[in-house]
Amino acid sequence: MVHLAYLMLLLPLAGFLVLVTFGRRLGDPVAGVVGTVAIGGAFVVACFVLAGLFGLPDNGRVVVDNFFTWFQVGGLTVPVGTLVDPLSITMCMFITFVSAFIHLYSIGYMKDDRDYTKFFIYLNLFVFSMLLLVLADNLLLTFVGWEGVGVCSYLLIAFWFERESAASAGKKAFIYNRIGDVGFLLAIFLIFEKTGTIQYESGPGGGIFGQLHHLDGGVGLAVVLLLFLAAAGKSAQIPLFNWLPDAMEGPTPVSALIHAATMVTAGVYLLCRMNPLLHVTATGSEIIAVIGAVTAFVAATIACAQQDIKKVLAFSTVSQIGYMILAVGTGAYIAAVFLMVAHAFFKGLLFLGAGSVIHGLEDEQDLKRMGALRRYMKWTTVTFTIGFLAIAGIPPLSGFWAKGDVLDNTFAHFKPLWVLGLLTAVLTAYYMSRLETLAFGGKEERFKKEGPHGEPALHEPHESPWVMRLPLVVLAFFAFFAGALDLPWVHTDNLSSFLAPVFASTLYNDHLGGGAEWALALADIAAAVIGVIIGWWLWRGEVVYQPKLEPAFLQRVWYWDDFYDTIIGRPAQRLATFCAWVIDVRIIDGAVNGTAQLAKATGNAARKLQTGYARNYALGIAIGMALIIAFMLSRTWWG
Amino acid sequence: MSLSGAWYIGLAAIVFTIGAIGLLVRRNVLIMFMCIELMLNAANLTFVTFARMLNDIGGQAIVFFVLVVAAAEVVVGLGIVVTNFRRRETTVADDLDSLKG
Repeated sequence: MVHLAYLMLLLPLAGFLVLVTFGRRLGDPVAGVVGTVAIGGAFVVACFVLAGLFGLPDNGRVVVDNFFTWFQVGGLTVPVGTLVDPLSITMCMFITFVSAFIHLYSIGYMKDDRDYTKFFIYLNLFVFSMLLLVLADNLLLTFVGWEGVGVCSYLLIAFWFERESAASAGKKAFIYNRIGDVGFLLAIFLIFEKTGTIQYESGPGGGIFGQLHHLDGGVGLAVVLLLFLAAAGKSAQIPLFNWLPDAMEGPTPVSALIHAATMVTAGVYLLCRMNPLLHVTATGSEIIAVIGAVTAFVAATIACAQQDIKKVLAFSTVSQIGYMILAVGTGAYIAAVFLMVAHAFFKGLLFLGAGSVIHGLEDEQDLKRMGALRRYMKWTTVTFTIGFLAIAGIPPLSGFWAKGDVLDNTFAHFKPLWVLGLLTAVLTAYYMSRLETLAFGGKEERFKKEGPHGEPALHEPHESPWVMRLPLVVLAFFAFFAGALDLPWVHTDNLSSFLAPVFASTLYNDHLGGGAEWALALADIAAAVIGVIIGWWLWRGEVVYQPKLEPAFLQRVWYWDDFYDTIIGRPAQRLATFCAWVIDVRIIDGAVNGTAQLAKATGNAARKLQTGYARNYALGIAIGMALIIAFMLSRTWWG
Repeated sequence: MSLSGAWYIGLAAIVFTIGAIGLLVRRNVLIMFMCIELMLNAANLTFVTFARMLNDIGGQAIVFFVLVVAAAEVVVGLGIVVTNFRRRETTVADDLDSLKG
């Protein structure tokens, strides 16, 4: 059964092909059902593969299947194959599961959209690419999936491309990702140059991981940093995080699936996959850890001051992935994967809940225009609250265990980063509490009044249909209980013991005593509770515009976009203007027009020869003849 | 008495020069035509002269060809002149300058 992994790829691909071919005829809602069934099938296959993997001994759970050779050039052979091991199957399980439910949700959310079918085409293609990224057994095939999800992300962010903002947000995401992709490509080149292979586990010389000795020192550090650049692009880390908030222009299910649960964790996955390489150089891991922690903190502060419900969640996503990157940097890969799984559930849930709110409020996304929605949307309120408590880190929900795992390892590894992580935890609880209080809490139903800029009052919100409620309930269940995957006092048959062989030699293990673990857990709980209470206390009232709590510095994302605009955007624009008006107009056009002018001048001079008088031509003939004769005579006399 | 070949060549040169100068200085298309004929016949005369002098019949044979070509050329040329006169009411060569650059 473990060799069935290719079916997991083929089902979404088949769904994509069927929808591309017959989609328009199937229409609403059959096209959505087809898409959902394809992904549901992939989930079932993933379950079978997982069962097959359990049937193997603990240390032999690496199954590489090569199907055919993609191409062969020089010393490079690129096979198309799958690598099934605990890491990739864990990814596949939650990707297919969350995707299936988000597909189901989309059937309701995208109802009556003009491009209903197109949406599911992109979504199926996305899931295919994501699974390819995860299951590929070599770097180049991973890169194909990596680019595939990038394209789908672009297409789906710009899904409502008639809106100027959506179109440019798509472009922004694409360009930021390209910067990361350059890092990825260079890393692949460098690895191939040094080891002669791009396969992870199998292939010549035992794959990349069999030849790590070729990748030590400066080369190893360069490869790690290039891979991290790729991860930073895809997973929205400093310095490439700005695209993710803008990506919220896409439909909400897209934000939930691609920009919260799955694609943005691809960078974390890549780093986990390359863990033996990361272990070669300590410096690289330290840089990764610091950037992860700083990103987590910076994004959390920004999330505290956002007005748009989806923007808060977007910065929250950046912040949570920062935690994952921090965990990767400290060598706590299992903690990173654990948080990734838990995050997929609770952040997917939060986005779907936000989508339900937006759907119910006629596409209003401004937090300050909501309030007391609990009276209108009971299902959404309950499930969203579970997601909120989970991300805030309230026990016994999943977020507490996952985040606790990351913070424990950081504490044991490097204490200043732990302080930053704990501060981030307080901020996380605070901004989520603020969001919850503004949207669902409070007495005043602000959507009944006019907006601050004279927007008309909104209709009474309505609860969403069952296709949207069911995913909320299911994800809420897992957001609540996913912590059970890896409880700290259980040491066998859990996520840790399952994943441990993948990271066998490289895993950092915090050897904290029971007392220290209890103390840290209490600190986590205190951080969460303090954050939640402050958030509720400050925002429970009816005054929702509090500029002191939302400084422009935070609203404008630490002026990060303006900074890039100043150092890159404007100079580039000036360069483009220079090229357009000086190089193009003067030099290039000058050369082209100059050639034309020259031909014209020559013609003007030469036209005088053409008088139109027959006698002039006859004279020309006569002179020519005389010259020829003179020449011939001269040859005769002096030749 | 018989004249030497040089006389004939000299006559041909004179006739040719008259024709060439006539072609250059006259404006009337018909006159210019006649001048061309003069030049052609001057050439014919040299052919015949050299044929006699060198005892080579080829020179005389060429003359027949020249005569035929000249006749054909006159037919075409006069046709053009007549047509042109009908359209523009002129036989002055300098009025026909539509090919001017």
